Amino acid sequence: MSNPPSYEQLVTNFDWAIAERELGYRPGDAINIGWMCSDRQCQLGRAEKLALLWEDHLGNQKRFTYNDLRVRSNTIAHFLASLGILPGERVCLFLDRVPELYIGFLGILKMGGVAQPLFSAFGDESLCVRLKNAETTAIVTQKKHLHKVRKIREQLPNLRHCIVVDAPQSSLQQDETAFSLEQAPPVENFPIYPTKAESPSVLHYTSGTTGQPKGVQHVHYSIVSQYLTAKWVLDLRPDDIYWCNADPGWVTGTSYGIIGPWANGVTQAVFDSGFNAGKWYEFIEKYHVTVWYSAPTAIRLLMKDGAEIVRQHDLSCLRHLASVGEPLNPEAVIWSKEVFGKPFHDTFWQTETGGIVITNFPGMEIKPGSMGKPFPGITATVLDAKTYEPLNRVGVGGLIALRPGWPSQVRGYWNNPVGYAAKFKNGWYLCGDRASIDADGYFWFMGRDDDVINTGGHLVGPFEIESALLGCPAVAESAAVAKPDPVNMEVVKAYVTVKPGYQPSDDLELEIMNHIRKRLSPLAMPQEIEFVDSLPKTRSGKIVRRVLRCKEFNEPVGDLSTIMED
Amino acid sequence: MDDINKIVRDYIVREYLQEDDERTITDTTPLISGGIVDSFSMVSLLRFIEKKYSVHIPDKDATPEAFDTVESIVDLVRRFQNVAVVKG
Repeated sequence: MSNPPSYEQLVTNFDWAIAERELGYRPGDAINIGWMCSDRQCQLGRAEKLALLWEDHLGNQKRFTYNDLRVRSNTIAHFLASLGILPGERVCLFLDRVPELYIGFLGILKMGGVAQPLFSAFGDESLCVRLKNAETTAIVTQKKHLHKVRKIREQLPNLRHCIVVDAPQSSLQQDETAFSLEQAPPVENFPIYPTKAESPSVLHYTSGTTGQPKGVQHVHYSIVSQYLTAKWVLDLRPDDIYWCNADPGWVTGTSYGIIGPWANGVTQAVFDSGFNAGKWYEFIEKYHVTVWYSAPTAIRLLMKDGAEIVRQHDLSCLRHLASVGEPLNPEAVIWSKEVFGKPFHDTFWQTETGGIVITNFPGMEIKPGSMGKPFPGITATVLDAKTYEPLNRVGVGGLIALRPGWPSQVRGYWNNPVGYAAKFKNGWYLCGDRASIDADGYFWFMGRDDDVINTGGHLVGPFEIESALLGCPAVAESAAVAKPDPVNMEVVKAYVTVKPGYQPSDDLELEIMNHIRKRLSPLAMPQEIEFVDSLPKTRSGKIVRRVLRCKEFNEPVGDLSTIMED
Repeated sequence: MDDINKIVRDYIVREYLQEDDERTITDTTPLISGGIVDSFSMVSLLRFIEKKYSVHIPDKDATPEAFDTVESIVDLVRRFQNVAVVKG
């Protein structure tokens, strides 16, 4: 028996007020995600219930009850406020998946700050672009990542505080501050900042085709979507042990790795470890994980390791499986039914939607390879790419579009109103993806509608990669495009022309790959570099990535009339 | 043959650890599961090995498990060096 009675019933009688009531929120009241996920859970009688089971790759373990979350997030909130950080200011969390990341997120929100989590594998250039754009006031990090902050700090006049969670003050520079969550005096009572529904809460960065990454601004009211989707789609119940593979540097890791489960008062397990099939199965078995939210890339890696390793573990604790990031291929759904005895349920959403919008519900018939149906309260369709009118034709592909107004919808791109306005046409929000709808109302993903590369469930912008490639002394021009990949769906491929005096070689390829990996991130690193004499361009000299992308996907290039002959 | 261990180890220290990273890389340090090398970065490590030792390692063998320690990477290199010798 799953949480929602049936999809049809829910859609018919749906109102977001259902979630508001369950969260104890009345329109106009103060609403604070940090408080909802900790203090409120204690008020509901869950003070001694485990909120976080944490383990790292070395086997170190920590456990936190909801009361621990409450007191420790108070402690962090108090510390940030004592530094003079003001409500509304951006505080970046640049941490591995350590407890300080999860509890720090709540602490920032409790003092009215805007949490800006960034993936700790980002290189200094990726970090700098995002901190500069957000005019970030403070960064919370670990000693191992400190060198990246030191390298860029002079370029960031707004960055007043660099807080290090795992080093003594004596090992830091004068403009850095040590903070130990374990040693700081616990703060039993902290005056929660009275944020309102539309107060900014989280700033996540996502990539587009043009320009630098955009800061996707969310508000405290987003918890209404995240709470209910976690309950109905991930089927979270009070006794569950929930594991979300995503890093909170990405939106899945905050919406469903922090807010969704803790707003539901569920115990969640966090494994701060890289991929290893055996260790992952051990983790599920050891902590009796019941609900697992993973990603197609991880599932395909698990498939590569085969069924035998699954049989070596008792995974009968697993009750519900879901996936997000990129489309889940039918083979993965069928494989999971065979080896785990239950299918992964694909969910579709993105940084801007803040929560799940199209999904396969528990109990609903899964059509392997389909995205499922819109969540109740979400009006979704596919639009004609020229008129932006709903297609209303079964099986015909168009642009995925949502009617604005759901609680966790993006409220703006930070300092980029023009980019934000471009996401709306004819009263619809455009997701940037293409799909078709079948006769039963199921959505079927077809691909991106732009040049953004979806690798392992993360969007990577070609512009950012091409800009960084210009930092390689040998590179004259470049184009970064998607290349199909059996595990990651897409990976980055770079077409490169070299400057006079340089010769293409294996050494140069490796040098360029490592340059991008260190400056931007491993995700942005081209997995292949093709050296060419020239790149396809329009008559005005603009590089046409579409031609190269079509070549990679063996698709027809279409109209080439505007492309230069050479 | 132990040179391979040292060369791979040195390369990982040079390319994947930061200057002030105090971690020691031994032949059995978990690289992928330990978060030192991720599955995306693995490709540049694979390229380095293929180039350095003139071997080709097929995708099906270049798994996160095979790249999880210096020891397993060296095993992989030796296996494909032998394949090359037999083919040659």
